[in-house]
Amino acid sequence: MRIALMGQPNSGKSTIFNHVAGYKAVTSNFPGKTVEYTLTKFNLFGQVIELVDLPGTYSLTSFDLAELEARKYLLNSDVDVVINVVDASLLSRSLELTLQLLELKLPMVICLNMIDEAERKGIKIDIEKLSKILGVPVVPVIAVKGKGIKELFSTTYKMGEKKKIGKTLNFSKDVEEVIEKLSAQIKEKQISKEFNLPERFLAIKYLENDHYFMENFKSRDKKIFKEINYFRNLLKEVHGRPSDVVISSERHHLSMNIYESVVSLTKPHASLIDYLDNVLMHPILGYIFLALIFYLFFNLVFRVGKIVEKPLLDYFYSIIPLIGKSINTETLLFSVISGIIQGLAGGIAIVLPYLFPFLFGLAILEDLGYLPRIAFLLDVFLHKIGLHGKAIIPFILGYGCTVPAIMATRILESERDRFIASVLATMIPCAARMTIIFALVAFYISPQAALAIYILNIIVIIISGKILSRLLPEVTPGMILEIPAYHIPSLKVALAKTWLRMKEFIFVAWPLLIVGSTILSLLHYFQADTLINHFFSPLTIILGLPLVVGTTLIFGILRKELSMLMLIQALGTANIVSVMSTTQIMTFTIFIIFYIPCMATIAVLWREIGSKRTLFTIAFTFILAIILAIITRFVY
Amino acid sequence: MTITLDSIGENKKAKVVSISGGWGIRQRLGCLGIHPGDIITVKRSAIMRGPILISIHGNQVALGRGVARRVVVEVE
Repeated sequence: MRIALMGQPNSGKSTIFNHVAGYKAVTSNFPGKTVEYTLTKFNLFGQVIELVDLPGTYSLTSFDLAELEARKYLLNSDVDVVINVVDASLLSRSLELTLQLLELKLPMVICLNMIDEAERKGIKIDIEKLSKILGVPVVPVIAVKGKGIKELFSTTYKMGEKKKIGKTLNFSKDVEEVIEKLSAQIKEKQISKEFNLPERFLAIKYLENDHYFMENFKSRDKKIFKEINYFRNLLKEVHGRPSDVVISSERHHLSMNIYESVVSLTKPHASLIDYLDNVLMHPILGYIFLALIFYLFFNLVFRVGKIVEKPLLDYFYSIIPLIGKSINTETLLFSVISGIIQGLAGGIAIVLPYLFPFLFGLAILEDLGYLPRIAFLLDVFLHKIGLHGKAIIPFILGYGCTVPAIMATRILESERDRFIASVLATMIPCAARMTIIFALVAFYISPQAALAIYILNIIVIIISGKILSRLLPEVTPGMILEIPAYHIPSLKVALAKTWLRMKEFIFVAWPLLIVGSTILSLLHYFQADTLINHFFSPLTIILGLPLVVGTTLIFGILRKELSMLMLIQALGTANIVSVMSTTQIMTFTIFIIFYIPCMATIAVLWREIGSKRTLFTIAFTFILAIILAIITRFVY
Repeated sequence: MTITLDSIGENKKAKVVSISGGWGIRQRLGCLGIHPGDIITVKRSAIMRGPILISIHGNQVALGRGVARRVVVEVE
């Protein structure tokens, strides 16, 4: 049996999914965090169930890529039951999607999520009545606390067995007449068979001028197209509004009527968290708090990391000479062992101490619901580089990892915006590059120098954004973004999310790091590294860096954090200041931050923006890195 | 009197008359519960002609200035 979770953005689909799958889908408090579907299999009543977590979608007429993905999956895959996840505190609006899902005539269960939040807002819902009106079971759930999840899945299972379909609710009489006539035409022409969708659903989509369905048959049948136009004009003449507005208003009224008949309003209980916006979204205080929050955040990450980094590093580097006492340091065996130890040390002592507090802090900010507020505050500034407020979400995620950041550009509506945001997101120092900035610049030079790098980075991104939006002078569609209520972050969920993101480092990057260290040891043993370093010498010479840096740059393309760890190994000391000047450290860091995105990023760019634009990004960042590094060399 | 949503002051209410824009913007605003006839409360207006924050059917939505300019409203 295949079950799909479908609902509006931020209604809690991924939270429900994670109850079954373990923490596999990233959850956050901002609309549109799920941009592709996730699958899991589990056992229920002795049967294997496939559960799909789909991106949130406001309606079945899709605008952005994430919504399109959800609709495509629902229409083209054999889904046995749909769980329509509804945020109970936003019932009237959510019902508009529910009504469209009912038109699909699939077995369905409504999961009324966040009923505690709704009650706090003074919304009490008559569940039985709602179920009767819609003709489908309604299960109240508090997903974050895991309440009602069991009942939800047993009800869903039963619906899948019975294959019972809900009611189709009717619009006003004259609109229904038009829908009926058009449905008959569609049936006659057998279009619904081609799409494998009910006639009524298609008729409504055509009246709504849904671009996907329109495009898909303009070429096939001119005659029915004329019919559609006729009916659309008929609605327009009678109602004095475009036909798509007529349909959406009808649906809106129907939802409001249902809402009013099942809800009894009581006095809302205001909580302290509701007043948070008085400062965080204040026209002046909002910006002060934004700067303060990020300043404190990075300070905390640096302090925590520093306390842990030094003793651990000292410990690991005291082991190597000990081994040297029992194994001859000239042998191949010693080279391999010291390579492995240095790889291990890099992961434990240099990367993890900064990675953990950073990802944990980011998880807390995400779950609280702060990210959409940042989008609101920075919308004005993003317009200056040709984007709008929503683009800040991929940028902030970019400080964690560039791959999900590029995926998150799917929440942007226009292709141009997605391209610009993707290129700029590759330049944001991800957590891997952050460890370089912290463990190298902040640790050996000063925290102020590290801060200066972040500020310089933002300036370069702004200038690049200006250049790119000049090259593509299309107007951004403007921001339309839901600002969800704050949620008090759950420690358990935040830790699970941090772990999910750290797994990537532990299971992918770390083994690569150890292998890389060993390879470097071997290269060094066979003196092959001098060859590679010689090859890179034109680059290292113009940047004024030691020749041994050459090899580390290749590793940096595999994974950004490798370049620094390899640097330590290539230099043969963890005390970098003894062999590199502060200018060289700065030049190296600046170059590493901007030059060529890592392999994983290139792969995702290739998929999301295409090969040509990916090659452009590689060239653009490479040239930019060289220019900036040369400037650093002579100015710093 | 009809004006556009971007010229409404903070904490003022307005009734949506129409949305003067193409199909895309109409649909997207409709999805967030903004239809002709609905009552909107403007909660905040960002500095430097930034976005506005509105409350609609108990939900908060941020609209860029350019988007707000497309929403024609009537002040009571």
